[in-house]
Amino acid sequence: MTEKAQKVSRQPMPEQAPEIRRNNFLEVPLGYPPQTAQLEASRCIQCKNPACVKGCPVGIDIPGFINFISQGDFAGGIAKIKETNALPAVCGRVCPQEAQCEGQCVLGKKGDPVAIGRLERFLADWERNEGVVKLPQKAPSTGKKVAVVGAGPAGLTVAGDLILKGHEVTVFEAFHKPGGVLLYGIPEFRLPKEILFAETNYLERLGVRFECNFVVGKLASLQELFEEGYDAIFVAVGAGLPTFLKVPGENLIGVYSANEYLTRSNLMKAYLFPQYDTPLIRAKNVVVIGAGNVAMDSARTAMRMGADSVKIVYRRSREEMPARVEEIHHAEEEGVQMFLLTNPVRFIGNDKGHLTAMECLQMELGEPDASGRRRPVPIKGSEFVMETDMAVISVGAGANPLLTSTTPELALNKWGYIIGQPDTGKTSMRGVWAGGDIVTGMATVIQAMGAGRQAANSMQEYLTLGW
Amino acid sequence: MFTILSKREMAQGTVVENVISAPRIAKKALPGQFVILRVNETGERIPLTMADTDPEKGTITIIYQVVGKSTALMKTLGVGDSFLDIAGPLGKPTHIEKVGTVVCVGGGTGVAVLHPITRAFKEAGNKVISICGSRTKDLLILEEEMAEASTECNICTDDGTCGYHGFGTDLLKGILDSEKVDLVVGIGPVPMMKAVANLTRKYGVKTLVSLNAIMLDGTGMCGCCRVSVGGKTQFACVDGPEFDGHAVDFDELVMRLNSYVPQEHESMNLFEHKCSCASAK
Ligand SMILES: Cc1cc2nc3c(=O)[nH]c(=O)nc-3n(C[C@H](O)[C@H](O)[C@H](O)COP(=O)(O)OP(=O)(O)OC[C@H]3O[C@@H](n4cnc5c(N)ncnc54)[C@H](O)[C@@H]3O)c2cc1C
Ligand SMILES: Cc1cc2nc3c(=O)[nH]c(=O)nc-3n(C[C@H](O)[C@H](O)[C@H](O)COP(=O)(O)OP(=O)(O)OC[C@H]3O[C@@H](n4cnc5c(N)ncnc54)[C@H](O)[C@@H]3O)c2cc1C
Ligand code: SF4
Ligand code: SF4
Ligand code: FES
Repeated sequence: MTEKAQKVSRQPMPEQAPEIRRNNFLEVPLGYPPQTAQLEASRCIQCKNPACVKGCPVGIDIPGFINFISQGDFAGGIAKIKETNALPAVCGRVCPQEAQCEGQCVLGKKGDPVAIGRLERFLADWERNEGVVKLPQKAPSTGKKVAVVGAGPAGLTVAGDLILKGHEVTVFEAFHKPGGVLLYGIPEFRLPKEILFAETNYLERLGVRFECNFVVGKLASLQELFEEGYDAIFVAVGAGLPTFLKVPGENLIGVYSANEYLTRSNLMKAYLFPQYDTPLIRAKNVVVIGAGNVAMDSARTAMRMGADSVKIVYRRSREEMPARVEEIHHAEEEGVQMFLLTNPVRFIGNDKGHLTAMECLQMELGEPDASGRRRPVPIKGSEFVMETDMAVISVGAGANPLLTSTTPELALNKWGYIIGQPDTGKTSMRGVWAGGDIVTGMATVIQAMGAGRQAANSMQEYLTLGW
Repeated sequence: MFTILSKREMAQGTVVENVISAPRIAKKALPGQFVILRVNETGERIPLTMADTDPEKGTITIIYQVVGKSTALMKTLGVGDSFLDIAGPLGKPTHIEKVGTVVCVGGGTGVAVLHPITRAFKEAGNKVISICGSRTKDLLILEEEMAEASTECNICTDDGTCGYHGFGTDLLKGILDSEKVDLVVGIGPVPMMKAVANLTRKYGVKTLVSLNAIMLDGTGMCGCCRVSVGGKTQFACVDGPEFDGHAVDFDELVMRLNSYVPQEHESMNLFEHKCSCASAK
């Protein structure tokens, strides 16, 4: 076995070429064909005490599902994954595997780790393409009703877990479709929406009810949901508050928050305007401020909307860029330029109020700050002006107070995030759990799902044993 | 299903009223709040104020002016048709209390938004003087409803074809000169609201305006609807839509409302072309 693992090298994933993909919204990595998947699966040495599983926040039986692939039993493999993860097609694509499962794989010590994410994606895609998504057995009905607020990955996980335990589950979602950031934030070329719809459709077939267009805190409060007969509530409303720079000129036409830019493009399909009615500015000279995954998604979207030039403007240096390495790599391949150690101080517009330029300051790195990263300090007299007709601000998100401000019983931290107990997600309000970005601040899809899993376990205990 | 139960055309077909089945929203909505709706799968999210609600019948009423592609598309819907999505109630309700004398000034379709607010102020025991204006007689809407909702109702038209010949602000000035007014509510086109606010500022009378900034989610998530009020950025969808008229930067609002003019024309031209092709067949 060990010998074999050394012979076969980590299988690359076929991709659309950069010069082609920068003109379309189709998915960039194309997925493994079955033979490649089996070859990659054969690299796994089936550890007795698998380190990879400890790296996965939902604890998937990784050697278990990989073994099924090696044997060509793809149906068995996907069933294995679905015992613990309801959204494998999503996680296989967007998990930061290098920091999770693959980061722990023993093969990574000497060479390349097993491509766990790609294999997970392979099985989920195989199942969807076969058109026979098997429904697991549900526990007998308990007569208990669970409300989930917010249909992002955290909420969908709780819904999937608790419906299998025999509870009645309703998911309340503010937007007109479920998915959360997976729907309105992450672009089509990274996560085709068809995949997400297949996943939410699967939950519906299990019996989960989705109430879309339902803004909790407006149409009903948590208290009112209890009065309507819900026995337990999971709050997973995400970190949906845009951060602006608070510099002059920020309200000019052409200055977007990343939330707005990506929601128009992804949820409302503005990239297909005028077939779809929602408009979006098609700019020539785009700047994106920030360097996380959100910034990379915005930059790559602007590129596909026909920009001549797209620049990432970031006040720290390359080492501090928070985006996944793969996203930065893909963005640069597509022609996105990096303007590092640069900080905007002012937006400049014409007499019609359209953005025309951005004034910046050059920065240098000083002493480490609270986050442990070296603090960027402005270089005196380094002001310069960059021409631009569109700026997308992606410097982070905050806690949206819409729901929490109507629910005084929920204890919040000083930034407005809900305080949830670390291992259970229990909040200060009886019968209410919270998890995902509204507890941790913007994190990752799989962390949100992990929080959902923990909360679901704790909620199950409550529904059967009490608070 | 958000089915249209009745449809009425007003102001020579430039304004349409729909009564829509939306029981949950009807139960919860208060004057001044709005909904965001979508006609179909390719449609955009359109914010519209609720002109009325009936919690018993489970209906909400919207009154919209046909100004572009989406509202033109909405006009093609008839009784029995449905909207795909309606989310609401959104925004802060109007703060209704007994203050004494309230003047409600409405222009154009703004009268529809003003109507439930007017009624609520009167029900709260205020003396309510309303002023309804439009360019010309045929474009006036809800004159009777407004008369019923207020203690005293004045009509004005820019061309003098009905009521007072001139702007609502002229009438408002007359009232401010002749009696003590405690609150003015001005809702209509931005230039009108700006004129009302400029006038009442001189009299030191508190003035509420309702800002129709371009919106997307309506829950404070995107920042698209940002407006400057008293030098601070506010989100019209969650902090408003009503604000202190004396603090609002109306020029910036007008500027931002023009964000998508070229796209709006493109969309409308395409829509009209399709319609004329279809009817030619
Ligand atoms: C552009 C972008 C790219 C990202 N890329 C990655 C990536 O590559 N890999 C990765 O792991 N993570 C990524 N993330 C982070 C990840 O998406 C989030 O951490 C994750 O989605 C959080 O999940 P959640 O369930 O907590 O909330 P969300 O996904 O934010 O979902 C919250 C849901 O609640 C709804 N809601 C909000 N308020 C209410 C209310 N009052 N009533 C009803 N419903 C409400 C919202 O509409 C939304 O649907 C990215 C984030 C963004 C924005
Ligand atoms: C809180 C609020 C309440 C409103 N209430 C009413 C109402 O009761 N009756 C009524 O007739 N109108 C109301 N409006 C305005 C209405 O939303 C717009 O007229 C409508 O969106 C125009 O769409 P369209 O495609 O027909 O026209 P378009 O050609 O797209 O636009 C015409 C103009 O409408 C504005 N507009 C465009 N898109 C939006 C958008 N997504 N949000 C807001 N404004 C936009 C722009 O200024 C644009 O130039 C309200 C707006 C807001 C924000
Ligand atoms: S869910 Fe994410 S972390 Fe877990 S095995 Fe799959 S790719 Fe790895
Ligand atoms: S650690 Fe690597 S080799 Fe070991 S079981 Fe997990 S994936 Fe296979
Ligand atoms: S419409 Fe998005 S924040 Fe107001």
